[in-house]
Order: sequence, then C-alpha cells, then structure tokens
Amino acid sequence: MTDARAPRVVPYGDDAVLVELAGLAEVRALDDAVRAARVSDPDAAGVVDQVPAARTLLLRVREGVDPGVLPVARWWGARTARVVEGTAAEVRLTVDYDGPDLADVARLTGLTVDEVVARHTGARYTVAFGGFMAGFAYLVGLDPVLRVPRLDSPRERVPAGSVAIADEYSAVYPAATPGGWRLLGRCGQTLFDVDRDPPALLQPGTHVRFTAS
Amino acid sequence: MTGALEVLDPGLLTLVEDLGRPGWAHVGVGRSGAADAGALRLANRLVANDEGAAGLEVLLGGLRLRAVGDVTVALAGARGPAWLDDRPVGHEAVLELRSGAELRLGTVTSGLRTYVAVRGGIDVPTVLGSRSTDQLAGLGPDPVRAGDVLAVGPAPADWPVVDLAPVSAPPDRVELPVVPGPHADWFEDVLGRLQASDWRVTPATSRVAVRLAGPALARTPEHRGRELPSEGLVLGAVQVPPDGQPVVFGVDHPVTGGYPVVAVVRRFAHGRLAQVRPGDRVSFVNGRASV
Repeated sequence: MTDARAPRVVPYGDDAVLVELAGLAEVRALDDAVRAARVSDPDAAGVVDQVPAARTLLLRVREGVDPGVLPVARWWGARTARVVEGTAAEVRLTVDYDGPDLADVARLTGLTVDEVVARHTGARYTVAFGGFMAGFAYLVGLDPVLRVPRLDSPRERVPAGSVAIADEYSAVYPAATPGGWRLLGRCGQTLFDVDRDPPALLQPGTHVRFTAS
Repeated sequence: MTGALEVLDPGLLTLVEDLGRPGWAHVGVGRSGAADAGALRLANRLVANDEGAAGLEVLLGGLRLRAVGDVTVALAGARGPAWLDDRPVGHEAVLELRSGAELRLGTVTSGLRTYVAVRGGIDVPTVLGSRSTDQLAGLGPDPVRAGDVLAVGPAPADWPVVDLAPVSAPPDRVELPVVPGPHADWFEDVLGRLQASDWRVTPATSRVAVRLAGPALARTPEHRGRELPSEGLVLGAVQVPPDGQPVVFGVDHPVTGGYPVVAVVRRFAHGRLAQVRPGDRVSFVNGRASV
C-alpha cells in the first residue's frame, strides 16, 4: 500500500480521534477493518462508536481509554485482508416511482421519466455513511447522469419512505422531516425500527438495489 | 411492590435520562444521556444505585413529585430550594420519602439542570439499551407530564453509606478548558481569540448545543469560502459556522456536522457546559494547562 493514501490521525478531544482519508473507498475500507478488529483485536476493545463520513472516520472510545494509542496504521495495513468485496448484505427496496420531482429530474438531466427510473434502478448502491437522522443512509453508486443539485429551498416536510437523490448520493428518508433532496418516489419498507435487530435496515457497507413496483 | 413517583407538576421540562446509548452513531443515533452526567452519577451514588441508573433531569426547577410507597431519593446538579412536604431539604443528601410525601423543587438559583435519583432507578422501557430521551433523534421516553406515575425499579443490594456529599459551590464565572480541534488551522489564531474575550450564552441553547455570541471568529484568507464535507462530531466540539459565532455541542448533538471544529471542551468540564444559562458569560481557557 502506498503511503500517499495513508490515513492521518487527528486528535479530537479526550475521547476521540478523527482519521482523515483520501476518499469514500478508503473510509469504507478502514471502517470495515476497525469493525472487524473490534471482534478480535484487544486494542480495539475501547472503541465504542465509529462514524464514517465522506473523507473521515471518527473513532470514539469509552472513558478511561486514550484514543491516541489506537493502532490505526495497523488496522489500515490489515484492511485488504479483512475486507472481502461482496460479503456485505444486499437489500432490495421496492419503489413507487411517482415522486413530485421526477419530471424536474428528467428535465435537468435531459432524460425521459422512464429513463430516469431505468438509470436509478440500474445501479447497485453501497451505504457510505449515515448521519442526517436515525436510519438515514447516504448511498453511493448513483449513475453520474442523475447528478442533480438539491432544491434551492428545502421542503418543510418530506414524507417517510421518500426515495431521493442529490449530488452524488441517493437515499430513503426513514421518517418525515424537512429536506432538500429531489424526490423520485416512495418505498414502503421500514428503514429504522428500534424494536428490530439491527434497528437500521441500511448500515455502512450494506449494498442496495432499487426495483420499480 | 417497589415504589413509584407520581408527577404532580413537571415544571418547565423534566426528562428521564441515564448515561445514554453509545454504539449507534453509525446509523445516525447519538449517545445522548444526562447533560451533566457527573451530577446524575453523584445522585445515583448517594442512593447506592448503579451510576448509570435512570433519573430525572429537571430544567430550571419547578418539579413536584408525590411518593407512591416509600422511596429514597437524592438531588444533585443545579442548586435551588427544595422541600419535602413543607420542610426545606438540601441537595446532595439522602432523602427518605414516606408514601404520600411530596417533594417540591423551587426555581434554581444557579445552574440549569437538577437531577433527581431514586433508589432503584426510574423504570421506563429501554430503547436501544438506554432509558434516555434524545431530543434531537426523537428517541426514548416523552418528556414527563403531570399525572405520570413513574415506576421505580428494584432496589439495589447496597445501602447508602453517606447521608450527604460535600460539593463546592459553583464558580461565579464558568471557564471551559479547550484543546485544539481538527480544523483549528482554518481560523486566525483561533485558540487565542477564543480565550481573549468573554462569550455570552444565547437563548438558542439546548441539550443539542450551547450557542455563544461574541466577536466573530475569522477564517484565514486561504480557508475563506471553503466547504467542509460533513464529518463525525463529539460532545464538547466547538464548531464555527459562517457567522463566526461558536457553537458548543451538547449531549444530543447531531452525529455529523459540516462546519469546521476549531476546539474541543475537555471531558472533565462537560458538566459545566450543561449548567450554563442563557445570558451567562463563559470564557475559554487552555485545556492543556488546567488538567
């Protein structure tokens, strides 16, 4: 592995470090490697939360553990051995493509509505990270033709189950919330349920395919 | 039966809180828990509970409770008058409530959040392993309402070993010790400027964040107009949005944020952060020097 893409570990208060990485693929790889280490490596026992994002992975430790001694470089070095493509779960989500922004997305991309649906269902997505609300997953893998900006002014209420796109991401809103992404349709599956194990249907690393109903 | 607490008046806002739900940040659920965890822990220790038992977090006082069955409670955190029936009682002390007795908290005189621990803990259902209300994620029990009867869990095997715990009076001036955050270099001498002035706590302050007002912090020329992709946040992170006014994140902080974090409040001062009131003045100090 080349050093140019090696992670940089930045102190982040008493309980965390922020690992800066080159991009999403590197974040995914290190996030998986740390999660694997938490099962088998005693040095990872103090990690209580991992927060992957676009170019960073936050590692938070329990009180009494010095986050500065986490062997991040070792986990980074071990990532290829541990991360086996295709082992993550694949979730299929069935969508009614009748969203209020479908026609606008077609106009912005120069496609027909049917072509927008075909391109959205034609890709295989991976959950890059969460963060906006409980159960919300930023999906990467969107067809570049479908890259459209967010709405100029967010909606006050996006209904639960809305399937949306913005920039390089797609997502499903787990619950009603204000939101500025462009809505392509609705999905009936429950994305987040505290009484289910695991509560979030989509977790970092999960693969996703959309199917038109 | 074990006892219960009947809520006669919740005051402005009373929440059930324990030490939170770590381990779910990757799916968008933060740790949450008692804003002043040290105060909840102390109140729990006084009644011989596990430190993480669920108690009540009372904003600005005003809570009235009636004991259903005999219960043992302790108060800690923000100071204010309190009465057991008509008898004044102190904070950080073991209080025995006979069935039917009424505990009343007056308006707090310093600090913001008072904790009521009850021997056996508040026994509401857990959500993702915690009884805490997370006001940002909308998880955990609803705020306590008048008429609620809060079940108390089984008493622990241990008995209280002290009658009261001496606690020093809160300082007149709140100092927040900070260390540099991951984006301190985006701003001109940001640690120096944070320490050079007093900051006023604004009314837009909650369990999610303490918002401060003072001289705007300016980015270095090469960082002006730069965007930061969202990244993970921690309790105590000092974030600076485009208006240059610092925001210090509290227990119900979002799990990620998209503005630079210039400093982080040290863990031992997180309780102070939970007790600052709108209108208070706070100052930042070098966190490396104040261990």
